[in-house]
Amino acid sequence: MSELVAGPHTRAPVSLPALMRQVLLAAVPATAFGVWLYGWPALYLLVITLASALAGEAVSLRAAGRPVRSGLGDGSALVAGWILAMSLPPWAPWWIGAIGGLLATVLGKGVFGGTGQNPFNPAMAARVALLVAFPAAMTRWVAPAPLGTEQAPGLLASLRITFLGGADWDAVTSATTLDATRTAITQGQSIQAALPEAYDPALAVLGYAAGSLAEGSALLLAAGGVYLIHRRVIPWETPLVLLATLAVLATGFHALDPQRYHDAGVHLLAGSTVLAAFFIATDPTTSPATAAGRAVFAAGCAATIWIVRTYGGYPEATAFAVLLMNACTPLIDRWIRPRVYGRTRRGTPLPTGEENP
Amino acid sequence: MYTAILVLTAMAVAIGLLLAVASQYLKSPPDETAEAIEQVLPGTNCGQCGLPGCSVGARAAADGEIPVDFCPPGGRAVAEEIARITGRPMAPASDDGIRRVARVTREDLCTGCLKCIKACPTDAVIGAPKQIHGVLPEACSGCEACIEVCATGAIEMVPEPITLANWRWPRPMEENDRAA
Amino acid sequence: MLLSKPRLIRGGVRTETHKQPTAACPLEPLHPPGPLYVSLSQHIGAPALPAVRPGDTVAKGQRLGTPEQGLSAAVHAPTSGRVAAITRHPAPHPSGLAVTTVVLEPDGEERWADERPEPLTEEAERLEPATISHRAAEAGIVGMGGAAFPAAVKLNSPRPVDTLILNGGECEPYLTCDDRLMRERAAGIVDGGRLMARALGARRTAIGVEDNKPEAIHALRQAAASLGGAEVVPVPSLWPQGSEKHLIYTLTGREVPAGALAADIGVVAHNVGTAYAVHRAVRQGRPLISRPVTIGGGAVATPTNLEAPLGTPFRTLLHQAGGLRETPARVLAGGPMMGPIVPLEAALAKGTNGVIALTRSEIREAEGRPCIRCGRCVDACPMGLMPFEIANRAAAGDIDGAAASGLMDCLTCGSCAYVCPSARPLVQLFHYARGQRAERAAAKERTELQRRMAEQRAERQRREQERKKAAAAARRRQRAAHAQGGAEQAQGGAEAEPQDTGAEGSPPDAAPSGEETVS
Repeated sequence: MSELVAGPHTRAPVSLPALMRQVLLAAVPATAFGVWLYGWPALYLLVITLASALAGEAVSLRAAGRPVRSGLGDGSALVAGWILAMSLPPWAPWWIGAIGGLLATVLGKGVFGGTGQNPFNPAMAARVALLVAFPAAMTRWVAPAPLGTEQAPGLLASLRITFLGGADWDAVTSATTLDATRTAITQGQSIQAALPEAYDPALAVLGYAAGSLAEGSALLLAAGGVYLIHRRVIPWETPLVLLATLAVLATGFHALDPQRYHDAGVHLLAGSTVLAAFFIATDPTTSPATAAGRAVFAAGCAATIWIVRTYGGYPEATAFAVLLMNACTPLIDRWIRPRVYGRTRRGTPLPTGEENP
Repeated sequence: MYTAILVLTAMAVAIGLLLAVASQYLKSPPDETAEAIEQVLPGTNCGQCGLPGCSVGARAAADGEIPVDFCPPGGRAVAEEIARITGRPMAPASDDGIRRVARVTREDLCTGCLKCIKACPTDAVIGAPKQIHGVLPEACSGCEACIEVCATGAIEMVPEPITLANWRWPRPMEENDRAA
Repeated sequence: MLLSKPRLIRGGVRTETHKQPTAACPLEPLHPPGPLYVSLSQHIGAPALPAVRPGDTVAKGQRLGTPEQGLSAAVHAPTSGRVAAITRHPAPHPSGLAVTTVVLEPDGEERWADERPEPLTEEAERLEPATISHRAAEAGIVGMGGAAFPAAVKLNSPRPVDTLILNGGECEPYLTCDDRLMRERAAGIVDGGRLMARALGARRTAIGVEDNKPEAIHALRQAAASLGGAEVVPVPSLWPQGSEKHLIYTLTGREVPAGALAADIGVVAHNVGTAYAVHRAVRQGRPLISRPVTIGGGAVATPTNLEAPLGTPFRTLLHQAGGLRETPARVLAGGPMMGPIVPLEAALAKGTNGVIALTRSEIREAEGRPCIRCGRCVDACPMGLMPFEIANRAAAGDIDGAAASGLMDCLTCGSCAYVCPSARPLVQLFHYARGQRAERAAAKERTELQRRMAEQRAERQRREQERKKAAAAARRRQRAAHAQGGAEQAQGGAEAEPQDTGAEGSPPDAAPSGEETVS
């Protein structure tokens, strides 16, 4: 009648595929906005990246002798590919998406043992690998060319852009906010001089600016993130601490020297801060398993983002920051642990003397 | 040139002296590994490992000449201990992991000849002349000496009897264990 | 020391309680409809020794098993009848392995033994503590919340105890028998509590009841108001609030130190059913021969609560609840969180508080997807462990690593597995790792034993050798003496020295000659 299994024989109605589905659902609004904002090339890029991620995962599973169907079915490859796509330049050529998807699932997950075994966030690992290997393609941003307007290329023209590299780059490239201000600083100007052209807070909230496929719309990303928190898919500590820490750092330093340091608005709204706070730093496998640990992780991410953006060699720092903190996760999990019932924090049994309640 | 020869010779002599002194005063203690291994072996000198006795096997294992799972009656438990003592990696399971003990399965064939009783190095076989013999499972080390001397084949090795006291939970199946 | 406001435990899970089908079902007494299979191992410790033989006629309440030396308990006949056999019968254990069982065929008369312990009617405070614990031992009472630890031992605490806690938690889903017992026999429970407190010398008694049982709380409060002696404290309804360690923490704010007993911090906890059994043993001279049990689950036609005789087969109990209306996916003894899968032939034991037949849809299989280190298990663990770490190490075969992560502190309550999105078989991994550890310890002990026996044997044979050598030497001397004497008579024959090559020097472990007695 029944196999030899231990309890519990009932479970809460939460499953891994369902969690992944929720994450994708929360990412759809921002992604759809990005496709609308940058046109069909963005959509093609998204599809290619997803397909490549799934293919990479299938190959990894087969190579490891694991069931491919259920392995793909847990949705983690799809999520990794989707988040990677969200962080790519929207008009990047198809091979960026293809290589990126493979990098994310094969080198970012598969070689470590598959789902749950990777020490680094697969999407960020892939993104950084692409950035370092193909810096030109990965830093070519376009100004918004919303579908329906005349700047937007048609379906066929977009195919040419994505697959044949046929974009009139001079006409369409635009610097992101962080790009522009970084250039200004290296040229010795103050950021305040460069900002007005490159940054409009209202537009930044909406996401109507040059940027990666889906990092722009702070509003839509935050909405998705809040939804995920509400449904208990992601913890609330990570986004809150990350954004708060970054805001505090930014405000503090901006007060010291407004010409050199961005204010909190820029730091939070420009670049992929909000994307990272809700969708990237919350990846369970690569972040600590305790709430306190996650808070430390998030604070570390925020601090690193701020430091690299301000002093580092790259204008955008999120991917590096996340990867650096991923490396710290095992240590955080080692040091920050709950206290065991009946033991002290150090692990020795509590004394049996008279206890004060 | 002569200076060079002199200096190098002097260095060689000095270092040689240092080594001699070190080998005398900084001697590593006599190898306790072999002793520690011998402690965990059954000590019955059954010879199933192919070596003439447990202390020889212990020495060989300590020197790394034979694998950690060289003792069949010791089973997985002894192999793990030896792996722990020597710091060598554990070998993958080469048998089904089921402990086997002797048992008089064919009582109709047992003549009460006492040969197995005399052969057993741990006195696990019990009985009296002309009476059917029996085996105490916990005392049986699996050396099979009794099997070899039994003229009628009344005694053989069987899987250890499982009772509520020694039943263990099996390892659960996970998704990755199922066929791809 | 009791807290004025109960403390919230760490973690835990709020499950669906599934108590609604049986909460309104009163405890129906069941008369044994067929043979009873009374196990002699219904308790922690050594099995009881049979006190009867096949063919004996026994009275209700007569001793069937006497306690073994050390930790053990007595077993009594749940009804009058004839001992049909003493045999090996499947235990209520997932392995289905057998235990020695007395098969009792009822004669339908329910005839009590003539000699019974005298009912004691004095106030608890007027009885001797030793009398109470002695009665508990005589009656074969064990912990009825499931642990089945001999109650007399827990009433004979060598350390001072200031607080007695009666556990009315019943946090397992589907089970309501303790709830019904509290509602229907509140006075008996409170009296039992007073008796236990007297036996222990406890100054205060608290009855912890989950707040989803308001009627039980009310009934107990009323009984305590008139009988005195206990404070009824509602506690939060979540799993595993009824765990002894956690109920103690909730009510007293104190934690039982790792590796220690509750008695070490001056607290003793007993299930309300155990208290009721003590009440019956003292006030009626009645041994433990029946118990409340919930028969439930979606596969059962009419879930109900029974007061059933020990030894009633699970099959019979299910039949009493209207039978199975579909083939159950799993039949458990107890609740779905910690209750084991049991064979239908197994019978009601002292610690069995439920027989639950679950359908496929009520179960959630452990698919065992990979661990994503989400940490939900860490949030849920009431002991403050990191279950995913223990489980991943156990799965990788790193048993020592699993132990270092807290394997032995784990309650195996299943809160972690309950919340795991990957539906990993966490608790079975813990059981598996513990089993490996126990196996290693057992193997070590066995090897020690075999070494000792091998050495003893070698020693014995050496002594045999010595003895034979000595005997041979003595014979040689004798012969020499004779020859000496003979040679003095026969002239010059003394060159013929008897040769002695020590022919008895056979190799040490070859067979000695036949006159030996063997072990």
